[in-house]
Amino acid sequence: MADTILVIVEQREGKLNRVSWETIAAGQAIAAQTGWTLEAAVVGSGVAAIAGEVAAKKVGKVYDVESARLEPYTPDAFAHALKAFLEKHPAKLVLMPHTYQVRDFVPKLATALQTTAITDAIGYKYEGGRLLFTRQMFQGKFVADVSFAGEGPCFVTFQNGSFRADKVEAGAAAVETVNVDVPDGVVRNQAQEVFKEAKQAVDLTQAEIIVSVGRGIKEQKNIELAKQLADALGGELAASRPICDNGWLRMDRQIGSSGQTVAPKLYLALGISGAIQHIVGMKGSRSIVAINKDSEAPIFEIADYAIVGNLFDIVPPLIEEIKKAKG
Amino acid sequence: MKILVCMKQVPQKDAALKLNDAGTWIREDVSYEVNEPDAFALEEALRQKEKHTGEVVVVTAGPARALQVLREALAKGADRAIHLEDNAFVGLDAYNTARAIAAAIKDEKFDLIFTGLQSDDYGYAQTGVILAEILGLPHATIIMQIEKTDGGIRVKRELEAGFFQFVDMPLPAVLTIQSGINKLRYATLIGIKQAKTKPMRKVTLAEVQSAMGANLQKIEKLYVPQRSKNTEFLEGPPAEVAKKLVEKLKNELRVI
Repeated sequence: MADTILVIVEQREGKLNRVSWETIAAGQAIAAQTGWTLEAAVVGSGVAAIAGEVAAKKVGKVYDVESARLEPYTPDAFAHALKAFLEKHPAKLVLMPHTYQVRDFVPKLATALQTTAITDAIGYKYEGGRLLFTRQMFQGKFVADVSFAGEGPCFVTFQNGSFRADKVEAGAAAVETVNVDVPDGVVRNQAQEVFKEAKQAVDLTQAEIIVSVGRGIKEQKNIELAKQLADALGGELAASRPICDNGWLRMDRQIGSSGQTVAPKLYLALGISGAIQHIVGMKGSRSIVAINKDSEAPIFEIADYAIVGNLFDIVPPLIEEIKKAKG
Repeated sequence: MKILVCMKQVPQKDAALKLNDAGTWIREDVSYEVNEPDAFALEEALRQKEKHTGEVVVVTAGPARALQVLREALAKGADRAIHLEDNAFVGLDAYNTARAIAAAIKDEKFDLIFTGLQSDDYGYAQTGVILAEILGLPHATIIMQIEKTDGGIRVKRELEAGFFQFVDMPLPAVLTIQSGINKLRYATLIGIKQAKTKPMRKVTLAEVQSAMGANLQKIEKLYVPQRSKNTEFLEGPPAEVAKKLVEKLKNELRVI
């Protein structure tokens, strides 16, 4: 098998998903350490312009993998096209961003090639000629170094923010168009238009201060306490997914991979353990304060200030102190 | 509609987890519970059955303790259960887990197969999709709504950042279910009583082993993540901690 690293760049409806630059950065870093060749592929219908964009980066070659059946996205067409492509252009390592689209087709593609995907990785190690990929487990409580045991190709998907998009090195690569045949009958799903639910009432991305609640708030009636804290600070109230699933707060106040991504001046996390799906939505905050009774909660790993304790004991005096400080 | 729900037992969310001596897995002397998205998958299957009639079958792969997940599912209304029982099922990668489940259900014909979208322990988010590929079925992931149509089903997929998409698909199909798709029910006393008489099929490792292979990915080492930030822990009684934090909010972070 050729010593090639292939990065599959994500595009949706003809637009490059910018998280792909992080994956290119990952590919460049691994290529520099291993000496393997880095290549990239864009998969879709009429996506030559995106291939051109990627070709301005330091990669050996960019493939524009084309079929009319690749638009709109379906897992059947993507897995079929990429399997056909990889059988002709073997790669040792195939890297992708860990997006909802990638998670939808990668396990299928890897299985069709009788190989495996290490999903949601946050980094890699190159030790003694061997690549290990680091991924979170047990909701972020532990990290695992995972090795790949099969013949390959080894698929790896990287969590948002694992590599820095601004570290991507520029270059000039050739683009090769590869037309793939996706025969009748391959695509079984009919994908409809992508849409957004009724306009979001709250735009948390503009908030400077966010007080966010997680499972630790325990009951719906306790949300009021968090609301009082948010009001005292002049901030917005938000929540992790389970709170919105329970209907305790509206879905448009959800922070995380399926909700809003925010970067306020202050993110105050109340009773939030810090599962990765939540962290990706708020880790860019200028400062993070976490209150949690579990001293091992993963949220503390990214907090600037941490308080281990019962939020019901701490929040009431906190509200009083804030009011005092504000006069 | 005949629906299979794949369920998993995982450590309780607030369980204090410790590493085993080899540093490759957790010590298993903790409390366990149903993987949360799997509970929503079961609930959705029960609701579909109530709407369209049919049968709900639950399956899990795990040691004897995992039986509890099946018991709870039967008590909530599932009709029968399949338990792939062996300690070895804990250490499988997603490909092998899917192959084992596929082998265990080879004589059955389901209209729909549900899994939770991912597990709280490994977090692969792969087993359902791999199962679909092994069985040659279409799939859709992160599902928030399922409606029966003339030719099959229409599902609502959740995408990132508040976007959604409807997908029409034929049956049979595999769906991975998102948490929050519905409201979970509690088991009733009658349900708990009835569960004891419902069929439970045990499947041994030996029965499915020929369908499996070596794991293609291996956990070399499991460890507590290193702090990336210089976190300052504020300590003391609540009133004092509140004062300390306000001082930081005012003078360090300047948000007050």
